[in-house]
Amino acid sequence: MGEQIIFSVLAILIVAFSILSVVSRRILRAATYLLFVLIATAGLYLMMGYQFLAAVQISVYAGGIMVLYIFSILLTSHAGDKAEKVSWKRHLPAASAATVGLALCAHIIYYNVKRVAALDLFNAPTMQQIGTGLMGTSKYQYVLPFEAISILLLACIVGAIMIARKR
Amino acid sequence: MTTNIPLEAYLVISTLMFFIGVYGFLARRNMLTILMSLELMLNAADINFAAFNRYLYPGQQDGMFFTLFAIGIAAAETAVAIAIIINIYRNLKDISVDEVNKMKF
Amino acid sequence: MSYTVLIVVLPFLMFLFLGLMDSKLKPKVAGILGTLGLSTVAILSYITAFKYFFQVGKVGEVWQPITALNFNWLQVTEKLHIDLGVLLDPISVMMLVVISTVSLMVHIYSLGYMHGEKGFQRYYALLSLFTFSMLGLVVATNIFQMYIFWELVGVSSYSLIGFYYTKPSAVAASKKAFIVTRFADMFFLIGILVLSYYTGTFSFAELCNPTGPVLGTAFGDTFMGWSVVSWAMMLIFMGGAGKSAMLPFHIWLPDAMEGPTPVSALIHAATMVVAGVFLVARFFPVYYFGAPEVLTIISYIGAVTALFAAVIACTQTDIKRVLAFSTISQIAFMITALGVSNYGGEHGLGYMASMFHLFTHAFFKALLFLGAGAVIHAVHSNEMKDMGGLRKFLPITNITFLIACLSIAGIPPFSGFFSKDEIMVAAFEKDKIIFGILYFTAGLTAFYMFRLYYRIFWGDSKKQYHHTPHEGGLNNMTIPLIFLALLTCVTGFIPFGKFVSSNGEPFVTSINWLVASLSVGVGVVGIIVATVMYLKKNTKPDTMEAALKPLYTASYNKFWFDEAWLFATKQIVFARISKPLAWFDRHIIDGFMNALASVTNWTSRKIKVVQSGEIQDYALAFFVGALVIAALVIFL
Repeated sequence: MGEQIIFSVLAILIVAFSILSVVSRRILRAATYLLFVLIATAGLYLMMGYQFLAAVQISVYAGGIMVLYIFSILLTSHAGDKAEKVSWKRHLPAASAATVGLALCAHIIYYNVKRVAALDLFNAPTMQQIGTGLMGTSKYQYVLPFEAISILLLACIVGAIMIARKR
Repeated sequence: MTTNIPLEAYLVISTLMFFIGVYGFLARRNMLTILMSLELMLNAADINFAAFNRYLYPGQQDGMFFTLFAIGIAAAETAVAIAIIINIYRNLKDISVDEVNKMKF
Repeated sequence: MSYTVLIVVLPFLMFLFLGLMDSKLKPKVAGILGTLGLSTVAILSYITAFKYFFQVGKVGEVWQPITALNFNWLQVTEKLHIDLGVLLDPISVMMLVVISTVSLMVHIYSLGYMHGEKGFQRYYALLSLFTFSMLGLVVATNIFQMYIFWELVGVSSYSLIGFYYTKPSAVAASKKAFIVTRFADMFFLIGILVLSYYTGTFSFAELCNPTGPVLGTAFGDTFMGWSVVSWAMMLIFMGGAGKSAMLPFHIWLPDAMEGPTPVSALIHAATMVVAGVFLVARFFPVYYFGAPEVLTIISYIGAVTALFAAVIACTQTDIKRVLAFSTISQIAFMITALGVSNYGGEHGLGYMASMFHLFTHAFFKALLFLGAGAVIHAVHSNEMKDMGGLRKFLPITNITFLIACLSIAGIPPFSGFFSKDEIMVAAFEKDKIIFGILYFTAGLTAFYMFRLYYRIFWGDSKKQYHHTPHEGGLNNMTIPLIFLALLTCVTGFIPFGKFVSSNGEPFVTSINWLVASLSVGVGVVGIIVATVMYLKKNTKPDTMEAALKPLYTASYNKFWFDEAWLFATKQIVFARISKPLAWFDRHIIDGFMNALASVTNWTSRKIKVVQSGEIQDYALAFFVGALVIAALVIFL
């Protein structure tokens, strides 16, 4: 019972804040709404039992990325300015495309996902399992993507510095 | 653990979030808000991965790891994108996408 | 005998060398080189003639054609192939001698005549090119090779007529010559194609063989009443008529006198214009056995042309024009002789007479032209009214010109009498009407030639000249005159029938005293009339002109043939046919292409809006496409 209440609250938060984020005309407010969306998503992960994932979500996404956004917003615009109203010409194709896509996905979900989905036993992964999984070299373990992503991060750091340095 | 929440609930949320992100991507003027809508879409996909992993493959953790890596990559991509946007701001003094339309006929 | 290919190739090499070196050679050097080359060719031709006529040509009392060289150049179909080669038989060897001798004389003469002219080296190069083309034409082994060289001769003639290319009249004359002969050559080509299609061969050896595919087998295909062979030979004759200036294609020859006088001597008197006669002679067995009705037509066309040209020559005042019409008339004599000929030994008298007249006419006509050139060179004018009493100043020219005029009038013992007499005998035996026309024309010939002679050398003996005309004694302009005069005196005595006859059997001709005395008589009458009218300056020509005014006007205007042709081309072909076609080409065909281009442009302008440069437009397209594909995959 309690689960369902919390889930509904989180769901309403996510939907409401995401709509506000894309509709709001002040950039800093949009960023803040996004932050709330990300935190609520972390809550969803917790509900599913992925504690590590929730922690990563909060620390990387909400804590790292959103800070980056806020810095760049402050760098590139006056935070208090009101952005212009979106014209009808731009609004219509975007809205219609999104609606059509939504209808398509809703149709798929309604007709295809089995209602018997496992409401049953689930052991959340422990930290040890996650650690050995990330570092392990056997069949279903993730040391290769781990190393690859570290190279990717190195490349992104170098790239970002090269692009954005002062000439 | 067991749960009362059906799979479709998570899917509905992620679908809604995704298409709201699509709308925001296509309709916004400021480059940074476009990027933020992009983050919404990525997040929706992450929720999808986690939910399917939880409900259809309880014994395995592939979905979670995928989500982990997706978050990492999203961070890297955001960093580079913001670097580019800052460069554009320095040259054009304006961040709206209407200004960067030189690759045309 | 395969060295004979050098006779053809040597002038070509000389043309290449002189043409490429052009102004790097001093004019004198170019002239000497050209002349040396031609002398070598002439010597080789004499050696060939000697060997052929006195050593190897006769096999069992019949003259055989020798193929000195023949190689397969183009294989058109399995059976049909175009060869290039050298064929030696009596008429081609005779033509080799004629062409190389006259060309050599012209080369020597031009050293003096063209001295100081601009383009001297080009002149000699073109002379060599012409000689090469003409030599290749007469030794052709097949009709297609002859056609190739035929066209080459036309090109050389065009270049030489238009030698003074800064004069508009010369340019117009060269164009006229080339276009008229080219027009006639169109018929020639169609004739060749028809003939080769039905017989499967181009080669003379196969076509003219009495037992071969054309003549030996019966020819069944007909078209509108005539057999195919007749049509082909008629068309081929029309090509020859163009080159030999027969009616109605004669209009180019008088205008071709715009070229330098030695060129007129070589090309338009002795060699190129006889190409048509040579063609009919080459094909004579086919004409006689396969298309006899065409032979009749040929003889009548020849006779009418001879009379027509002689009438016009009586009233012309430009001395070169008189000589040009005289050439047309004499060539018509040759063609008529072929037309009235039968086949085989003595019966082929017309054939032999035609070739004999070709031989002698080349020499005395060249002599006449070169003499006229000397006169023009001395007086600096072509018109008769600027001349008179020149016998005092130009003695050598006077004597040689007189010899040539006597020859052309048919007075014995000069060569013209012998050859013209044979033609008259042949015509007398075949068709009395043609004989009558030729007889009257012979009289007119004597008359107008002596009119020309007297007006130049006697006439107004007291005429004053601005600067005294001079001759210069024995030099490179007079030596050719003397040599040609000598030839005119002696070549009449050659027993031509022993060498040239329609089927290779030699025969001896005897004099037909009736015809001989008749033709000499009419020649003498013509000379007397001319002497009375023109020896001293008097008013008899004017009274005669007034008496025959309409005829005189028609003759003076050359019977308005030029105007008729001009009308036909300008008003009918250009205006009614060319203009609509040109409109069609410009507006419909070009318009279609332009429309294609403009439609493409318009489409591209409408489409390029898609590349708007807006990121979100691209993202929208991407997203919609993904949706469509997803829908397709899921629902289909």
